Amino acid sequence: MRFNKIITLVITAFLLSAFTNVNTPTVIQGYDIGDIATDFSLRNIDGQMVTLADYENVKGFIIIFTCNTCPYAVQYEDRIIALNNKYVDQGFPVIAIMPNNPIIKTGDNPKAMKARATSKGFTFPYLFDEGQKIYPQYGATKTPQVYLLEKTNEGNIVRYIGAIDDNYKDVKLVNTKYVEEAIEALKNGNAIEESKTRTIGCSIKS
Amino acid sequence: MKLLLIFLILLGVSCKTDKHDEVALKLLTVEKTQSIDVPSLEILNYAGLEPYLSKEDSLTYVVNFWATWCAPCVKELPHFEKLNNQYKNQNVEVLLVSLDFPSQYDKKLKPFIEKHQLKSKILVLDDVDQNSWIPKVDSNWDGAIPVTLIYNKRKRQFYDRTFDYAELENELKQFIN
Repeated sequence: MRFNKIITLVITAFLLSAFTNVNTPTVIQGYDIGDIATDFSLRNIDGQMVTLADYENVKGFIIIFTCNTCPYAVQYEDRIIALNNKYVDQGFPVIAIMPNNPIIKTGDNPKAMKARATSKGFTFPYLFDEGQKIYPQYGATKTPQVYLLEKTNEGNIVRYIGAIDDNYKDVKLVNTKYVEEAIEALKNGNAIEESKTRTIGCSIKS
Repeated sequence: MKLLLIFLILLGVSCKTDKHDEVALKLLTVEKTQSIDVPSLEILNYAGLEPYLSKEDSLTYVVNFWATWCAPCVKELPHFEKLNNQYKNQNVEVLLVSLDFPSQYDKKLKPFIEKHQLKSKILVLDDVDQNSWIPKVDSNWDGAIPVTLIYNKRKRQFYDRTFDYAELENELKQFIN
């Protein structure tokens, strides 16, 4: 599936470059640490469009690709809420983006997203990546997956990619809160010790 | 569970009332039937799984990482089952490594194995330290499933993709021919 998608992207990029003669990247790799992340305009569950540029007085963003239907994402819902509650006033709001194709994963359709956000009491935007245009640019492959961005004059720079913490199963047994450690390092001007972490997750359905 | 059973047996014996004996017996019977129908799971941490990923015998191993909650994994499982069936007499062993949550072992995983009558060897990986073991399986794997590893003592290839049967068989043939 993913392989086919890459092939399609390559062919599309080739055709585009052949016909329009512009520089089009042949394969979309996604972001690495230090890259500037794209802004977007995606619809929130309340119907409003959300754009990073609209946020004033923030130091960055905790972008989390997540969804209703992945058991790992569900396992982390309370921790995502806690992250936002802890860091929104410190200048790092959570922006959740649902990247799945709701035709394949009906449990992730906008109505279901709204229902889930309401019942869990999400305190942050829960955006729908309609047409699935944003997650491939970030290079997200699964849910949940975090991209911590630092807002700078040059744009929003990717500072951390990966998991929320090191124990999906039991929040009480977590040893390292990767995202929190990265934010604390950023705030204190220190280098982020672990800027990329890996975790099992649900492949994004396209 | 065993402790509970012993406790119940003791309870049944010590109370000496027919009623309690019946309850204990009934529970014993239920437990017995279950253990016959559902094979016990082989649950491992990564240290326990690692030897299955690095055998140096005469077999070729096809190791698929999956979970009952992963739709594309479930979709391709029949191909791995078919491969196991077709090639098990040709020095090939299929290993299905489940990443289901421990809370789902009895609720979902065991019924799934039963329902689909899975014949390949099933291992269950329960190790929360994913950031350390995922790159040990393959340095390019970011943790999305399904993924598959095919290896023997001469060759090793990691596949971050899904398969249909023809594709899977085609890959295997490059290891056994």
